[in-house]
This record gives sequence, structure tokens and C-alpha cells, in this order.
Amino acid sequence: MRGLRNFVDRIKPNFEKGAKFGWLHSTFDAFETFLFVPKDTTLRGSHIRDVNDTKRVMIVVVAALIPAMLFGMYNTGLQHFRAVADVAAAYSIWECFWYGFLRVLPLILVSYIVGLGIEFIFAQVRGHEVNEGYLVSGMLIPLIMPVDVPLWMLALAVAFAVIIGKEVFGGTGMNIFNPALLARAFVFFAYTPFISGDKVWISGMLKGEAVDGFSGATPLTTASESGLGGGALDLGGYSAWDMFVGIIPGSIGETSVIAILLGAALLLFTGVASWRIMLSVFAGGYLMGLLFNAIGADSYMQMPAYYHLIMGGFAFGAVFMATDPVTASQTNTGKVICGLLIGAIAVLTRVINPGYPEGMMLAILFINALAPLVDHYVVQANVRRRNARLKKVNV
Amino acid sequence: MSKEKEPLFSAKNMKLLTNPLNQDNPIIVQILGICSALAVTAKLKPAFVMALSVIAVMGLANVIMSLLRKTVPPRIRIIVQLVVIAFLVILVDQVLKAFVYDVSKQLSVFVGLIITNCIIMGRVEAFALGNKPWPAFIDGIGNGLGYGIILIIVGFFRELFGAGTLWGYKVIPQSFYEAGYSDNGLMLLPPMALILVGLIIWIHRSWNKNLIEK
Repeated sequence: MRGLRNFVDRIKPNFEKGAKFGWLHSTFDAFETFLFVPKDTTLRGSHIRDVNDTKRVMIVVVAALIPAMLFGMYNTGLQHFRAVADVAAAYSIWECFWYGFLRVLPLILVSYIVGLGIEFIFAQVRGHEVNEGYLVSGMLIPLIMPVDVPLWMLALAVAFAVIIGKEVFGGTGMNIFNPALLARAFVFFAYTPFISGDKVWISGMLKGEAVDGFSGATPLTTASESGLGGGALDLGGYSAWDMFVGIIPGSIGETSVIAILLGAALLLFTGVASWRIMLSVFAGGYLMGLLFNAIGADSYMQMPAYYHLIMGGFAFGAVFMATDPVTASQTNTGKVICGLLIGAIAVLTRVINPGYPEGMMLAILFINALAPLVDHYVVQANVRRRNARLKKVNV
Repeated sequence: MSKEKEPLFSAKNMKLLTNPLNQDNPIIVQILGICSALAVTAKLKPAFVMALSVIAVMGLANVIMSLLRKTVPPRIRIIVQLVVIAFLVILVDQVLKAFVYDVSKQLSVFVGLIITNCIIMGRVEAFALGNKPWPAFIDGIGNGLGYGIILIIVGFFRELFGAGTLWGYKVIPQSFYEAGYSDNGLMLLPPMALILVGLIIWIHRSWNKNLIEK
């Protein structure tokens, strides 16, 4: 550790302004502050600061994503072998994991290389510090993509999310929308055949590697279709336990509720994510599910409400996307309101809208846009309440 | 004829023509006429026809209003402007229906909505009512061109990346698709047009630093 510190200190003068590599100052600064907490003191305002600066916080979120990522790799292999041979039992956990690892790793690499590349270029050109926000987005983006998404599409989506979603607003902390979800929305609207339907969720199925008659449909799709068709609820043969453990087709990181809850535990324990948001998103989804149960017009509406929380991307969105501190509501009351709305709208979209089997992405993006408005009214309500109290005291 | 005997293409008049193309562009500097720029630019051909229609309407509307400028009482001038513009738009609409029926169908209501295009009203109000017919004509043509250029740039990129065609002809070879390339469906949706206009504004302002708002 000390050797590294000495090395960084030794090469540091080369990157100061006017020195040989002065034009690379932003890049050097990014790596130095990534390795060591900066020693700078603030010039005005609050002088006492937690050692956990934004970079350290981001690392916690990445750590919280690791269970979902590892399980996603295993599940990629499992689903693939089930589809091509229908005898998944013949393959060991390690074979499944290794296959998935080889499929998922390129996505993660492309996401980080393209995203961080753009971040560094922008920081360098503008002479800013490199924003740390992409550390998390870079991990989130591959986890919410179907495993077979072409790499160039992923690169384009990442570029769109970083440039249009973040840099035009002024970088990390200024963006209105969650960049990771924006990348997914980009692929969703630009290259719809690659991110919806029955064939994209299982590796190799687009190329026709699956055995004849194998359906790669996710429980969300089959449930949505059975509900609209007026038939009995069809979850594609998957049980609630399958959905909870995560051995169902879906985007890479979203399937396993267990792995996501492990991440959620870390986020809540370290205080990085807001428990109000997480809880209220789940509550909103559950309440909306109960409302549909009460209406009960078709088999999808009659589905047990808690199924919604373990299907598709609901848990992943609630834990990792809705809690994004930049785009979420800033006030405590606002967090609860926004969370409830996200959960409710996600379930509403799933059940009512035949065009979108999954509503979580659009629900979160929509509420991202509304969050400042909600905050405004929460603050105004507080001001009114205190004014009223003041008047009462004065009289 | 005016006493100064200004030449038809004096430097001042040429400025009326060229300014709206760059420094005073109606779409990317004045941010007017955005709606139609989003609606008709999914393909290059409708964008081009739309640009021509707006140029024609704007040039003629400016001339007519400039001729009428001393006879129209100021209190009813907006109504007169609307009547003149609406008359011209109906004329253009009929011409389009007669000669390019397929494009006219694609443009649908947006030809009629040229009436509400704020650029036309803006130029008539701001320029034609206070100037002679010839400069007013040049000003109208210039602003129409400035509008049309942006429409064609946006239409070019949207059709090329959204459908792989230009002017209806396939330009991206089939071998690209076989190699895994895919058309970008988002390009065909209006939001992407807005983002493209935003990117054009970004590039334009980074060239013209004087336009950057403080």
C-alpha cells in the first residue's frame, strides 16, 4: 500500500498544470482519487466530511451488485443448457457458471470501456474531475440487458446514456433520468426485436440453437398473454419458488430475488440506499396487485399479488434503480410517494398494457421525471404547515 | 423605386438571406417551428417537400403583407396575416395534392399546420410589416431556407439510420444486415428528432461561441 502511495506521489508532478502530461490531469486525478481518499480540505461551507466520498459509496453499490451478477452468470448457462438439451441436470453448476461467465463478461467489459472512455474524454476536454457515477451504471447496464444483445448495440446504448442522459446535463449528479435505465430504454425503443419477445432471454436461442418446441418466454410474457387471452394463468411452468430463486429466463441480473435481497441488505446496512424508497416501491406494487385481485377481471389480475414482486425486473428495479440518489426524490415524504407510484405504475403497466409485459423500466423513468415536482410540493406543504403554526403562536 | 437606389442584391439584402441560415437560424437559434421539424422528418422526401412548401409560403406571405403594410389597420393586422397565410397554405396544399400525392398524404395535417408555424407569423410580424416587398421577400426565403436546412439534416440522419434508406432508396447494403447491423427504430420516433435537433444546436453553438447563453 505504502509503495503504491509513494509511486503515485512520485509521478504526480508530471501531471500538474504546465507539466509534461498536464493535459492528462483529469485522468490522473481520477485514478489517484480512486485509489486513495483525497486529502483536500474544503475552502468554505462544511469542513468535516465523511471519509466515504462518492467514489467509496459507488464501490459499495458495485459490491452489492455482485451476487446478482454471479447468479446471472450461472442462470445464463443453466437456461442455455435447458434450452439446447433439455437436460440441465446433466451439467454441473460450474459448467453453467463458466458458460454464463464467458457470455456476460464481454458485455461488462464493453459497458465499462465505452462508458468510462466517454467520461474520461469529456472530463479531459472540459478540464473537470472524472465523474465517478459510471462505476455503478457500467455494472447495472449489462445486468438489465438480455444476454444475447449484440455488443455494438450495447456500446451505442451506453454512449447514448452517458452523453444524452448525463453529460448534456452536466455530468454525475445533474442527470434527470437514471443513466442505466436510459441505456435499456434506448435499446428497447431502437432495437425492439433484440430486447423483447420469447427468444432473446436465453443465450443462443436467436441463432436457433434451442431444441424444437422449446419456449423461451418469460413468466411475465406468458402471464400477460394468458390474462389477455382470457385463459387460465400461465407462468410458463415456473413456480413462485423458481421465480424467487431466479432460475427463470430474463435479463441477466434481474431474475434472482435472493441475490438482489443480498445486495439490498448490504445497501441498507451501509446506509447507501434509502430504505424508504425500497420499501415503498414494494408496497406500491403489492397494493396495486391487491387492487387487481379485488377487481379480478382476468386470470392475470387474479394472480397472487406477491408474484408481481418476484417476477421480472421488479425487485432489481426497486433495489438498484429506484434508489439512485441522484434521480430519486430528495425529501423523505417525496421518497415514499415516488416509491409507491413506481410500484403501482409498474404493476399497472404489466397487467393493463398488452404492449409492455414489463413496466418497471418505464415506471421508474417516468417517476424520475416527476421527482422534482413531488419534492417541490412536499417542501411547499412543509412551508405552509410551519407558517400556519407560526400564526397560531403569534395570535 | 426608392431614392437611395439600393441594388437588388446589396450586402444588406444578402445578409437577410444568409443570416437565417446560420447566426439567426429559426429552428436552432430562435427555437421556433420545432413541432413540424419533429413531425415530418422521419423520411427525407417529406422533409424536403415540407421545406419547399414553407419557403414558398413564407416568401409570398412576406411580400403580400409588405405590400399591404400601409393599408392594414394595426388592430386587425393579425387576422389579415392569418387570412393571407391560410390562403397561401391552401394553395400549396392543392399543388402538393395535384403533383406529389403520396408525399402529400405522408405530410397529412402538417401542411395545413404551416398556418400555425410560428416562424411565418414571426417574420411577417417582425419584418414584412416594416419593410419593402423585395427585402421582405428575401427575408422570407432566407428564413424558409434556414428552416429547410435543419429539416433536411434531421431527415437525412433519421431516414439513413432509422430505415437504411435515403429518398426511399436502399443505401445501406444487405451485407451489413447480414453481418448483424440493424435499423434504429428510435430514429423513426419523434423524440429522437428532438434529440437530433438538440445535438445540432450543441454542435452549432460550440462553433459559434457568441450564441452561448450566459
